[in-house]
Amino acid sequence: MTEQEAVTETIKAEEPRIGAFICECGVNIGGAVDCQAVADYVATLPNVTTAVVNKYTCSDAGQAEIKNAIKELGLNRVLVASCTPKTHEPIFRACVEEAGLNPYLFEFVNIREHCSWIHMWEKEDATHKAKEMVRMGVARAAKLEPLQSSEVPVTNKALVIGAGVTGMQAALDIGDMGFQVYLVEQGPSIGGKMAQLDKTFPTNDCSICILGPKMVEVARNKNIEIMSYSEVEEVDGYVGNFKVKVKHKPRYLNIDDCSGCGLCTEKCPVEVPYTEFNEGIGTRKAIYVPFPQAVPLRALVDKSVCIDCGACSKACERGAIDMEQQETFSELDVGVIVVAAGYQVYDPEPQHEYGFGLYDNVITTMEFERLINASGPTMGKVVRPSDVQPPKSIGFVQCVGSRDKNSNIYCSSFCCMASLKNAQLIKEKYPDTEVYIMYMDMRTPFRMYEEFYNRARDSGIKFIRGKPAEVTETEDHNIIARVEDTLTGEIVNLELDLLVLSVGAVSTESTEKIRQILKVSRAADGFMMEAHPKLKPVDTTLDGIFIGGMTQGPKDIPYSISQGSACAARATRFLAQGKALTEGITVKVDEDICVSCGMCVPMCPFQALSMEEGKLNIISALCKGCGTCAVACPTGALQQSHFKNDQLLAQVKNVFAYGEV
Amino acid sequence: MAEFEPNILTFNCNWCSYAGADLAGVSRLQYPTNNRIVRVMCSSRIEPTFILEALKEGADGILVTGCHIGDCHYIEGNVHTDERMKEMMDALEHLGLGGRLRLEWVSAAEGKKFQETITEFVENIRALGPSPLRKGVDD
Repeated sequence: MTEQEAVTETIKAEEPRIGAFICECGVNIGGAVDCQAVADYVATLPNVTTAVVNKYTCSDAGQAEIKNAIKELGLNRVLVASCTPKTHEPIFRACVEEAGLNPYLFEFVNIREHCSWIHMWEKEDATHKAKEMVRMGVARAAKLEPLQSSEVPVTNKALVIGAGVTGMQAALDIGDMGFQVYLVEQGPSIGGKMAQLDKTFPTNDCSICILGPKMVEVARNKNIEIMSYSEVEEVDGYVGNFKVKVKHKPRYLNIDDCSGCGLCTEKCPVEVPYTEFNEGIGTRKAIYVPFPQAVPLRALVDKSVCIDCGACSKACERGAIDMEQQETFSELDVGVIVVAAGYQVYDPEPQHEYGFGLYDNVITTMEFERLINASGPTMGKVVRPSDVQPPKSIGFVQCVGSRDKNSNIYCSSFCCMASLKNAQLIKEKYPDTEVYIMYMDMRTPFRMYEEFYNRARDSGIKFIRGKPAEVTETEDHNIIARVEDTLTGEIVNLELDLLVLSVGAVSTESTEKIRQILKVSRAADGFMMEAHPKLKPVDTTLDGIFIGGMTQGPKDIPYSISQGSACAARATRFLAQGKALTEGITVKVDEDICVSCGMCVPMCPFQALSMEEGKLNIISALCKGCGTCAVACPTGALQQSHFKNDQLLAQVKNVFAYGEV
Repeated sequence: MAEFEPNILTFNCNWCSYAGADLAGVSRLQYPTNNRIVRVMCSSRIEPTFILEALKEGADGILVTGCHIGDCHYIEGNVHTDERMKEMMDALEHLGLGGRLRLEWVSAAEGKKFQETITEFVENIRALGPSPLRKGVDD
């Protein structure tokens, strides 16, 4: 018998002495549940040594009361009835452990989220329900057994998925703390959406001028390995020990030999009427460098349009072109993962919102960003698509794909400021242009944003509080926006040369793919979900996996960068400690009952089970404790620790007591 | 005789539907007081015997909830849940207990769905009447 088994047997042999602590959580629970009545009832249940009410069980005073009771009353099980284990179980487990009790001898009952908050005006029924819930908990607590978490070593390297501004910041911070980072980017260059923007609010800095040096800094950081044009395919393992398979897509040239000189592009005869970086506007060649400031500054071949003429190979002095290149794969070992996979702007085309996709002169904000950018397809000259003439009147429509029951109900948060910025840029460049912003509410929180809005108002931009009810096109391709100014009640038909749709943010297919690979929860808005909306904004419910920037939901650049740094700090805790704790909840077999039938083996999705020489072999490090296999066991030999049959049945058998309460 | 109040037992998985039930609470979405939740790590941990035991103990309805297919924290635990619960539903049908077991996928973001599912299930079971195995209630 091992030492742990001996301890388990001792605890099992002891009569359970349960201390129950009923939390009022101020009025959060106490307002709907008569906690004293619950405690009085619980005190009458078998195995309960003490049952008390706390104002706040999680406070210092509450925790001290638990520790004292463990010592003075000789408690060997502790039950807290308060809020959700998702946030507070680690706190109470640590508390009982400090008093010398194994943390798995702690039982949690959620009478806040699952009782007082959902039965706010039914005090009698809520109290009755709380009593039954605690009775189930007491029954389970009596059956709990001590378990040991195991300490695992942590590979001191990080994976950052996505090299937009959030991912770059995370990689830089982790790298600067002295740990190696793999920065995986699906596009051919790092930089993300920010590289495409013209200016950034509220300072109107040139976006690439502030981002470019950061991109170079990432490339120069000795601890960062950029894997551009690469995608994460598979992730296995757990905190500290993730195994990651990365696919490197072929650029059809050797990245180490290419210098990004552009000679190949000059000689390429294939003109493609589409540019990724310029939001489709303008042309590029079949072999091209993504944009002048790209990092790495390397070309790639668009094989779907390449005619294999060989002109690029002849032009390349360094012999970098390799048309036979195949995709390759890397296997990475990392301890932590930061996801900054980003977003895409809302696409108004499928619904033809405001005539987008029907009328040439209706464009999106991102297209406008490229049009007004000095290195964009028009060299910064704003022209309208139909006749390439400068527009004399421009309208912006806010909340396209945001705050709309027909698309997304959430606010995308950056679009008001983006349009205020773009409207001001027009006024600076072309002071005679009429500029209108059609909006529901202008939202400008944070430092210098409201001042920026005031400046826009002073610059002669006209604000119309209302969204167009109808958008039509005239014969000369002008846009007529019929809109009610809800402040005056007046309905106007604005004739505009150009209409810009201020599109919001949505998650992308590739981000969704990463989410499914990692099993991070998805929020109702389609973005990835954080572990706690306030207390753990960049953590996920999965140890060692963090999310930041637009991956977690719409936000602007300063917020994204803050989250990038936050992810780095949260992730590096594991790397700095060099070790992590894994759950003690794994599956165990009672060899005396196991009949070696092997029914359980194919149930395990993690290959933790195998039959070896007629005996079941369990690799605990691979077991994630789901319990799927235990259900398949016909004899009950296989049991999931902490969720054993007798522990769960104790709850089931104590649910309904028929008026005994 | 007091009006029949259904006894509902709910199994929730740790990662999705338990968090969904938490979200219903955080959002203060009110629903009937009839259900009690047992938390498991994965819905695939739910033994058919748990369902039978619950019915023996007087449950009028049992609701099994888990992550949506493709979202399981343990890759495909919920696929096993799906198979097992459908077989269980067939078996209960033969035992004259049809309609008393329900399976629903509830994500961590679907507090509203959890509220609506419980509310609807309570009404369905109320219409179905007390379980024939339920003892003592009407005495």
